[in-house]
Amino acid sequence: MIAALRCVIFRDLLLAARRNSDVLTVMLFFVIVVSLFPLGIGPEPKLLRTVAPGVLWVAALLASMLALNRMFAADHADGTLEQMMLGATPLGLVVAAKVFAHWLVTGLPLVLISPVLAIQFDLPRELFGVLVLSLALGTPVLSLIGAIGAALTLGLRGAGALLSLLVLPLYVPVLIIGAGAADAAASGLGGNAQLLLLGAMLIFAGAFAPWAAAAALRISVE
Amino acid sequence: MSWGSLDNFLAMGGYGLYVWGSYLVTFALIVTELIVLARRKRNAIGRIR
Amino acid sequence: MSVNWFKYSSPQTFFPLAGRLALGFGALALVACAIGLYLGFFVAPTDAQQGESYRIIFIHVPAAWMSMFLYVVMAFWAGLGLAFNTRLSGMMASAIAPTGALFTFIALWTGSFWGKPTWGTWWVWDARLTSELILLFLYFGFMALQAAIDDPRRADKAGALLALVGVVNVPIIYFSVKWWNTLHQGASVSLTKSPTMATTMLTAMLIMTFGFWFYGIAAVLLRARCIMLERERGSDWAAQYARGYARTAA
Repeated sequence: MIAALRCVIFRDLLLAARRNSDVLTVMLFFVIVVSLFPLGIGPEPKLLRTVAPGVLWVAALLASMLALNRMFAADHADGTLEQMMLGATPLGLVVAAKVFAHWLVTGLPLVLISPVLAIQFDLPRELFGVLVLSLALGTPVLSLIGAIGAALTLGLRGAGALLSLLVLPLYVPVLIIGAGAADAAASGLGGNAQLLLLGAMLIFAGAFAPWAAAAALRISVE
Repeated sequence: MSWGSLDNFLAMGGYGLYVWGSYLVTFALIVTELIVLARRKRNAIGRIR
Repeated sequence: MSVNWFKYSSPQTFFPLAGRLALGFGALALVACAIGLYLGFFVAPTDAQQGESYRIIFIHVPAAWMSMFLYVVMAFWAGLGLAFNTRLSGMMASAIAPTGALFTFIALWTGSFWGKPTWGTWWVWDARLTSELILLFLYFGFMALQAAIDDPRRADKAGALLALVGVVNVPIIYFSVKWWNTLHQGASVSLTKSPTMATTMLTAMLIMTFGFWFYGIAAVLLRARCIMLERERGSDWAAQYARGYARTAA
């Protein structure tokens, strides 16, 4: 069974590598959106330093949401998804594997380039660790919750916008806690509470979201 | 609670805009919902026949 | 005497019952709101701090409570539909959503209109108002998802799953927003402490809550009837009802 899951992950990564426009588009979107904010609110360094964690978090959230459609759509189109549903491996685990691969391709790059963008906002160096860690813990949660939305809207017309409407309210706690981590660290309180909460959210989402998404897949592909 | 006059009642101690703005909108929305439901039922019956 | 719990689980038997219940609860709602509003405007005194503006509370709080209550009820019916695969449960969940969204909007609107004279601005990122806004988005998401799916069975089940995921999230959303709000609260006004209310104010508010509750039941049942007529339009009982309706209307 582990071999089957490893196969799913490897296959998804291979497919993503062949169409690396997916990865690059998400990263580019992230960079552009982050750059838009100073253009919109003015270049004053103190203001930018204050909003940096929030802006980076919102941009990461939107960027990872962009890529959610791709989680199941391609497999659904060529019938692989149905084969996965009929296979021996529990669908929940298959979904978890796909979400992990999806995060490696769309979430992890965001985490890795976030320090560079934080420099743009003159974020103090001490806060980089908290920010990166909050994104590292938070983006998988976003992918997990997003998987449920992607599964529910599979094959629907206007799925992209609908997916956003479904998933954004559910993202709110992650955003609040995630952005709050760096904010709290900036104000001297330390981001440990938020980071621990993010960890808890990750465990909770990791335990339940794959099964909810699997149930959603069965509803959508019957 | 005696208001004294209709004018006092409508003025709501200076907060008339807010109080009546709330109540009228609520009333309008509820009436709208009922009208929409009535129309929906008529359409549904029309579709059956 | 054994109760047949599933007697009313078919649209055919539930349809007339829903009609009678809707009428009954509608009448009760009118009575309750009449009493509540009378108490609220002609018995309850002027508030020492907020003057007359506090009287918005008689629709704001009931609407807010109903908006949250209806979401939970919606999730309950949705869960029932998923578990027992009953058509009617799904129809009930779909019937609740628009009324729930309406109450949420009323809570936001009246909250805003209450906030302006009390706190000076039309919108405050108060924990409760913000959570209420997100609840509105949750309702809209549910309705949008169901509208986007053509097959009614898939729409029911997909909506049900979304509602269940949502209902688990509502407490999480509320607490995270509350925490966010207290962390950022620089305002001098204590937004979380509600004023201690005179008994007459509380009574009027509670009666209005019942009024809104009964209205909610009536509106949901009326909408459920519409949904039943739409989905079951091929069935005999629906055709019979339509014929009878035309005869009495003519």
